[in-house]
Amino acid sequence: MHSFGYRANALLTFAITILALMCAMASLSDNLNSPTPSAEVLVLNINWFQKQPNGNDEVSMTLNISADLQSLFTWNTKQVFVFLAAEYETPKNSLNQISLWDGIIPSKEHSKFWIHTSNKYRFIDQGSNLRSKEFNLTLHWHVMPKTGKMFADKMDADP
Amino acid sequence: MDWQGQKLAEQLMQLLLLAFAVVAFATGYFIGSFQMMILIYAGGVILTSLITVPNWPFFNRHPLKWLDPSEDEKHPKPQHSVTSNSKKKSKK
Repeated sequence: MHSFGYRANALLTFAITILALMCAMASLSDNLNSPTPSAEVLVLNINWFQKQPNGNDEVSMTLNISADLQSLFTWNTKQVFVFLAAEYETPKNSLNQISLWDGIIPSKEHSKFWIHTSNKYRFIDQGSNLRSKEFNLTLHWHVMPKTGKMFADKMDADP
Repeated sequence: MDWQGQKLAEQLMQLLLLAFAVVAFATGYFIGSFQMMILIYAGGVILTSLITVPNWPFFNRHPLKWLDPSEDEKHPKPQHSVTSNSKKKSKK
Protein backbone atom coordinates (compact mmCIF):
# COMPACT_ATOMS: atom_id res chain seq x y z
CA MET A 1 0.00 0.00 0.00
CA HIS A 2 2.91 2.37 0.66
CA SER A 3 3.38 3.09 -3.00
CA PHE A 4 4.74 6.02 -5.00
CA GLY A 5 1.25 7.39 -5.55
CA TYR A 6 0.27 7.03 -1.93
CA ARG A 7 3.31 8.98 -0.74
CA ALA A 8 2.88 11.68 -3.40
CA ASN A 9 -0.77 12.10 -2.41
CA ALA A 10 0.03 12.32 1.31
CA LEU A 11 2.76 14.87 0.67
CA LEU A 12 0.60 17.05 -1.54
CA THR A 13 -2.29 17.03 0.93
CA PHE A 14 -0.07 17.94 3.84
CA ALA A 15 1.78 20.61 1.84
CA ILE A 16 -1.45 22.32 0.79
CA THR A 17 -2.83 22.21 4.34
CA ILE A 18 0.29 23.98 5.56
CA LEU A 19 0.05 26.49 2.70
CA ALA A 20 -3.50 27.35 3.76
CA LEU A 21 -2.25 27.81 7.32
CA MET A 22 0.56 30.10 6.15
CA CYS A 23 -1.91 32.23 4.19
CA ALA A 24 -4.16 32.48 7.25
CA MET A 25 -1.20 33.61 9.32
CA ALA A 26 -0.22 36.16 6.68
CA SER A 27 -3.74 37.56 6.81
CA LEU A 28 -3.67 37.69 10.61
CA SER A 29 -0.30 39.46 10.52
CA ASP A 30 -2.05 42.42 8.86
CA ASN A 31 -3.64 43.17 12.21
CA LEU A 32 -0.21 44.05 13.59
CA ASN A 33 -0.05 46.99 11.22
CA SER A 34 -1.66 50.15 12.54
CA PRO A 35 -1.86 52.52 9.58
CA THR A 36 -1.54 56.28 9.92
CA PRO A 37 -2.51 57.65 6.51
CA SER A 38 -2.90 61.33 5.80
CA ALA A 39 -4.86 63.11 3.11
CA GLU A 40 -5.79 66.64 2.23
CA VAL A 41 -8.18 67.80 -0.46
CA LEU A 42 -8.45 71.43 -1.53
CA VAL A 43 -11.35 72.75 -3.56
CA LEU A 44 -9.45 75.15 -5.78
CA ASN A 45 -12.31 76.41 -7.88
CA ILE A 46 -16.03 75.96 -8.56
CA ASN A 47 -15.96 75.70 -12.34
CA TRP A 48 -19.66 75.91 -12.92
CA PHE A 49 -22.98 75.31 -11.24
CA GLN A 50 -26.11 74.35 -13.10
CA LYS A 51 -29.63 73.27 -12.51
CA GLN A 52 -30.52 70.34 -14.72
CA PRO A 53 -33.85 70.39 -16.62
CA ASN A 54 -35.24 67.88 -14.10
CA GLY A 55 -34.41 70.21 -11.23
CA ASN A 56 -31.30 68.56 -9.83
CA ASP A 57 -28.28 70.66 -8.99
CA GLU A 58 -24.95 69.81 -10.55
CA VAL A 59 -21.53 71.22 -9.70
CA SER A 60 -18.14 70.99 -11.35
CA MET A 61 -15.10 71.71 -9.23
CA THR A 62 -11.34 71.64 -9.49
CA LEU A 63 -9.77 69.57 -6.76
CA ASN A 64 -6.26 69.14 -5.49
CA ILE A 65 -5.90 65.78 -3.75
CA SER A 66 -2.74 64.95 -1.86
CA ALA A 67 -2.39 61.81 0.20
CA ASP A 68 0.21 59.66 1.87
CA LEU A 69 -1.14 56.12 2.11
CA GLN A 70 2.19 54.30 2.44
CA SER A 71 1.35 52.99 5.90
CA LEU A 72 -1.61 51.05 4.49
CA PHE A 73 0.73 48.73 2.62
CA THR A 74 2.02 45.58 4.25
CA TRP A 75 3.72 42.52 2.80
CA ASN A 76 0.28 41.01 2.24
CA THR A 77 -1.22 43.95 0.31
CA LYS A 78 -2.14 43.50 -3.34
CA GLN A 79 -3.54 46.93 -4.01
CA VAL A 80 -5.52 49.74 -2.42
CA PHE A 81 -8.67 51.28 -3.81
CA VAL A 82 -9.37 54.86 -2.76
CA PHE A 83 -12.27 57.12 -3.49
CA LEU A 84 -13.15 60.65 -2.49
CA ALA A 85 -16.73 61.22 -1.43
CA ALA A 86 -18.62 64.43 -0.80
CA GLU A 87 -20.86 63.91 2.21
CA TYR A 88 -23.66 66.22 3.24
CA GLU A 89 -27.12 66.22 4.74
CA THR A 90 -30.36 67.26 3.06
CA PRO A 91 -33.96 67.19 4.29
CA LYS A 92 -34.60 64.17 2.07
CA ASN A 93 -31.54 62.12 3.03
CA SER A 94 -29.73 62.18 6.33
CA LEU A 95 -26.50 61.21 4.51
CA ASN A 96 -25.65 61.84 0.89
CA GLN A 97 -22.41 60.31 -0.36
CA ILE A 98 -21.28 61.23 -3.83
CA SER A 99 -18.11 59.78 -5.27
CA LEU A 100 -16.11 62.52 -6.95
CA TRP A 101 -12.87 60.74 -7.74
CA ASP A 102 -11.38 57.29 -7.29
CA GLY A 103 -8.18 55.46 -8.01
CA ILE A 104 -6.41 52.14 -7.67
CA ILE A 105 -2.99 52.24 -6.06
CA PRO A 106 -1.01 49.21 -7.22
CA SER A 107 2.02 49.48 -4.95
CA LYS A 108 3.60 51.25 -2.04
CA GLU A 109 5.78 53.30 -4.40
CA HIS A 110 2.66 54.91 -5.85
CA SER A 111 0.92 55.51 -2.54
CA LYS A 112 2.26 59.00 -1.86
CA PHE A 113 0.76 61.21 -4.51
CA TRP A 114 -0.98 64.41 -5.36
CA ILE A 115 -3.32 65.01 -8.23
CA HIS A 116 -4.86 68.11 -9.69
CA THR A 117 -8.18 67.29 -11.31
CA SER A 118 -11.76 68.27 -11.83
CA ASN A 119 -14.27 65.84 -10.38
CA LYS A 120 -14.08 62.55 -12.27
CA TYR A 121 -17.70 61.63 -11.59
CA ARG A 122 -20.56 64.12 -11.79
CA PHE A 123 -21.57 65.81 -8.58
CA ILE A 124 -25.35 65.80 -8.84
CA ASP A 125 -27.73 66.25 -5.94
CA GLN A 126 -31.09 64.54 -5.60
CA GLY A 127 -32.96 67.80 -5.69
CA SER A 128 -31.90 71.39 -5.46
CA ASN A 129 -29.97 71.66 -2.23
CA LEU A 130 -26.42 72.35 -3.31
CA ARG A 131 -26.41 76.12 -3.40
CA SER A 132 -24.29 77.36 -0.49
CA LYS A 133 -24.33 73.87 1.01
CA GLU A 134 -21.55 72.84 3.38
CA PHE A 135 -20.15 69.42 2.55
CA ASN A 136 -17.41 67.22 3.95
CA LEU A 137 -14.85 65.60 1.71
CA THR A 138 -14.04 62.11 2.96
CA LEU A 139 -11.39 59.78 1.64
CA HIS A 140 -12.44 56.13 1.78
CA TRP A 141 -10.08 53.24 1.16
CA HIS A 142 -10.30 49.50 0.74
CA VAL A 143 -7.11 47.54 1.29
CA MET A 144 -7.11 44.41 -0.88
CA PRO A 145 -4.79 41.76 0.52
CA LYS A 146 -3.05 38.97 -1.34
CA THR A 147 -4.75 36.51 0.99
CA GLY A 148 -7.38 36.88 3.64
CA LYS A 149 -9.43 39.66 5.05
CA MET A 150 -10.10 42.93 3.26
CA PHE A 151 -9.87 46.12 5.28
CA ALA A 152 -11.83 49.31 4.71
CA ASP A 153 -11.71 52.65 6.48
CA LYS A 154 -12.12 56.35 5.84
CA MET A 155 -10.82 59.68 6.97
CA ASP A 156 -11.84 63.28 6.81
CA ALA A 157 -9.89 64.95 4.02
CA ASP A 158 -10.89 68.56 4.58
CA PRO A 159 -7.90 70.79 5.22
CA MET B 1 10.17 0.18 0.93
CA ASP B 2 10.33 -1.71 4.22
CA TRP B 3 8.40 -0.96 7.39
CA GLN B 4 11.06 1.23 8.98
CA GLY B 5 11.54 2.98 5.65
CA GLN B 6 7.84 3.84 5.53
CA LYS B 7 7.94 5.33 9.01
CA LEU B 8 11.08 7.29 8.15
CA ALA B 9 9.58 8.61 4.89
CA GLU B 10 6.40 9.72 6.67
CA GLN B 11 8.22 11.49 9.49
CA LEU B 12 10.77 13.03 7.14
CA MET B 13 7.98 14.39 4.93
CA GLN B 14 6.13 16.04 7.81
CA LEU B 15 9.25 17.43 9.44
CA LEU B 16 10.72 18.85 6.22
CA LEU B 17 7.46 20.49 5.14
CA LEU B 18 6.93 22.10 8.54
CA ALA B 19 10.54 23.31 8.66
CA PHE B 20 10.29 24.85 5.19
CA ALA B 21 6.97 26.48 6.10
CA VAL B 22 8.48 28.11 9.20
CA VAL B 23 11.56 29.30 7.31
CA ALA B 24 9.48 30.58 4.38
CA PHE B 25 7.03 32.48 6.58
CA ALA B 26 9.75 34.04 8.73
CA THR B 27 11.80 35.10 5.70
CA GLY B 28 8.81 36.46 3.84
CA TYR B 29 7.57 38.40 6.84
CA PHE B 30 10.90 39.97 7.70
CA ILE B 31 11.91 40.99 4.21
CA GLY B 32 8.32 41.95 3.49
CA SER B 33 7.90 39.82 0.41
CA PHE B 34 4.95 37.48 -0.01
CA GLN B 35 6.44 36.18 -3.24
CA MET B 36 9.63 35.12 -1.48
CA MET B 37 7.59 33.13 1.03
CA ILE B 38 5.79 31.27 -1.75
CA LEU B 39 9.04 30.63 -3.66
CA ILE B 40 10.87 29.24 -0.63
CA TYR B 41 7.94 27.03 0.28
CA ALA B 42 7.49 25.81 -3.30
CA GLY B 43 11.18 24.92 -3.39
CA GLY B 44 10.77 23.10 -0.09
CA VAL B 45 7.82 21.08 -1.35
CA ILE B 46 9.72 20.03 -4.47
CA LEU B 47 12.80 19.06 -2.45
CA THR B 48 10.70 17.14 0.07
CA SER B 49 8.92 15.21 -2.66
CA LEU B 50 12.25 14.34 -4.27
CA ILE B 51 13.51 13.01 -0.94
CA THR B 52 10.48 11.15 0.36
CA VAL B 53 8.40 10.03 -2.62
CA PRO B 54 10.76 7.84 -4.68
CA ASN B 55 11.79 4.49 -3.21
CA TRP B 56 15.41 5.35 -2.40
CA PRO B 57 17.82 2.63 -1.23
CA PHE B 58 18.10 4.12 2.29
CA PHE B 59 14.43 3.32 2.86
CA ASN B 60 15.27 -0.37 2.38
CA ARG B 61 17.90 -1.00 5.00
CA HIS B 62 15.76 -3.22 7.19
CA PRO B 63 14.40 -5.98 4.96
CA LEU B 64 12.04 -8.47 6.56
CA LYS B 65 13.77 -11.72 7.41
CA TRP B 66 11.40 -14.39 6.20
CA LEU B 67 11.98 -17.90 7.39
CA ASP B 68 13.53 -20.25 4.93
CA PRO B 69 10.99 -22.64 3.40
CA SER B 70 13.04 -25.57 4.66
CA GLU B 71 12.64 -24.29 8.21
CA ASP B 72 8.93 -24.72 7.82
CA GLU B 73 9.28 -28.40 7.15
CA LYS B 74 11.46 -28.93 10.18
CA HIS B 75 8.81 -27.44 12.44
CA PRO B 76 5.48 -28.80 11.25
CA LYS B 77 2.26 -27.18 12.38
CA PRO B 78 0.89 -28.64 15.56
CA GLN B 79 -1.86 -31.05 14.66
CA HIS B 80 -5.27 -30.33 15.99
CA SER B 81 -6.29 -32.70 18.67
CA VAL B 82 -8.98 -35.09 17.55
CA THR B 83 -12.13 -33.36 18.63
CA SER B 84 -14.40 -34.80 16.05
CA ASN B 85 -14.62 -31.76 13.84
CA SER B 86 -16.60 -32.84 10.86
CA LYS B 87 -15.38 -30.07 8.58
CA LYS B 88 -11.72 -30.81 8.99
CA LYS B 89 -10.68 -33.92 7.29
CA SER B 90 -6.99 -33.43 7.03
CA LYS B 91 -4.98 -36.39 5.95
CA LYS B 92 -1.31 -36.14 6.48
